Amino acid sequence: MAVLVIAEHDNVSLKDATHKTVSAAAKMGGDIDILVAGKDVKAVMAAAAKIDGVRAVIGVDHASLERQLAEAMETVVVGLMGNYDAVLSPDTTTHKNYMPRVAAKLDVQQISSITGVESADTFVRPIYAGNAMATVQSTDSKKVVTVRATAFPAAGEGGSASTSESDAGLGALKSEYVGEELSKSDRPELTAAKVVISGGRGMGSGENFKLLEGIADKLGAAMGASRAAVDAGFVPNDWQVGQTGKAVAPALYIAVGISGAIQHLAGMKDSKVIAAINKDEDAPIFTVADYGLVADLFKALPEFEAELEKAGY
Amino acid sequence: MKVMVPVKRVLDYNVKARVKADQSGVDLSNVKMSMNPFDEIAVEEAVRLQEAGTATETIVVSIGPAKAQETIRTGLAMGMDRGVHVQTDEDLEPLAIAKILKAVADAEGAELVVMGKQAIDNDYGATGGMLAALLDWPIGSAANSMSIEGGAISVVKEVDGGLQTVKLQLPALVTADLRLNEPRYASLPNIMKAKKKPIEAKTPADYGVDTTPRLKTLKVTEPAGRKAGIKVEDAAALVDKLKNEAGVI
Repeated sequence: MAVLVIAEHDNVSLKDATHKTVSAAAKMGGDIDILVAGKDVKAVMAAAAKIDGVRAVIGVDHASLERQLAEAMETVVVGLMGNYDAVLSPDTTTHKNYMPRVAAKLDVQQISSITGVESADTFVRPIYAGNAMATVQSTDSKKVVTVRATAFPAAGEGGSASTSESDAGLGALKSEYVGEELSKSDRPELTAAKVVISGGRGMGSGENFKLLEGIADKLGAAMGASRAAVDAGFVPNDWQVGQTGKAVAPALYIAVGISGAIQHLAGMKDSKVIAAINKDEDAPIFTVADYGLVADLFKALPEFEAELEKAGY
Repeated sequence: MKVMVPVKRVLDYNVKARVKADQSGVDLSNVKMSMNPFDEIAVEEAVRLQEAGTATETIVVSIGPAKAQETIRTGLAMGMDRGVHVQTDEDLEPLAIAKILKAVADAEGAELVVMGKQAIDNDYGATGGMLAALLDWPIGSAANSMSIEGGAISVVKEVDGGLQTVKLQLPALVTADLRLNEPRYASLPNIMKAKKKPIEAKTPADYGVDTTPRLKTLKVTEPAGRKAGIKVEDAAALVDKLKNEAGVI
């Protein structure tokens, strides 16, 4: 059996979600190759070749792949699938955009956002915002799978896979990239951070998120938010943690002024340790929190920051 | 331009899903069902296109049991022109749904499909992409806003790092994210009017689509629970626990 893993990258660096997807692939058994599709991706290919357990890295370098748009990625991946029994990608927005297209073209039912691999054809995935876990067995001859990367450990480094380049085989496309507006931040990426501090509706305003910044700086944390805080316009949508936002699983998740709606818990309950600060002692967030502080956040946050300072952070 | 919006009847987003004791699935008996919230946003967008004079006709399609008609009526009450109900009691997978929707889009001559980015029951997030591929149309996923000009549509998409804009040649498919718009509530007169709007009754067999499932659900279980931990007295105790007990800072 051979499994194709699609790399998560920005043409410059390889992202950790790739290593985690390789771990999921390894549980299926068989040979693992990595596809790096993008523009000027030699450095990314070299990084991918170092991942443990990888047989080969295939680079597809083409100007139209710079943004990994849906149609172009579909063409490239479908073109390679003659050689593979399964294709796995992280379930980030880049891959969610084209993996269903690949599945449809291969006449396969996609298995989305898996959190467990039972065997080469059987997977565990959350449904109903993580309120139920479904174990599904695919009867399709090829498997098309997206992986909730946070549910898997990162594969190590030390491998030395072969690298080769393959032709994109791209014709005219019906879509084009116009531009993007990415949030600029010196903080770690939300899905990769060791510590995440998120604010909810209880923060009261976007301005008040400043209260989290000092703590985030001290702990090297990424900043997130609940959907309620995003809907209220406090912070941008790409901060959103939950069913309709990002799934995170850091070593420490600090929820501030977040009640703990089902949809939010779906995105963070796999965190190793959860701390919650909320003035409502009956808030559902306390049913999942390892450490709960019942307090007014406007008083507790400055104290928390001061205590961190005292402890040498 | 004809605009088609597929909608799904799902467990209401305010109702907590309960796993059946026999692990065969989620219990849907005697619970409130509603239109998938992302689909509601798609309906709103289509109605706005109609009000702006861009859409000449708006068609709401649902594939599901007899009661899916209610979901279609909700779309009609919000302002869609007419409905197509493809009746089946099977719980179809996205691939089968996409194949049926392709046949409906072809039959209707739809030039734009707007639909939810995912259904909140099975959370596949796959039907839109599959339908776009089967139609050989470009896709704008997780739309934050969209605008049509000439033969193209610009879609601002929600992506992990922020927003990305793509321009798609029509015909095209757009999947709706939460911030695309705020769906209206249907007014009582419009609910009454919707009762008279036509709904065409179809079956998957009418479109010659093989709906055999590709996945076997072996079991559906409760997620591993987290136990509530302890309450700490103050911020100093919290820092102490995180540092010395949990060792995570």
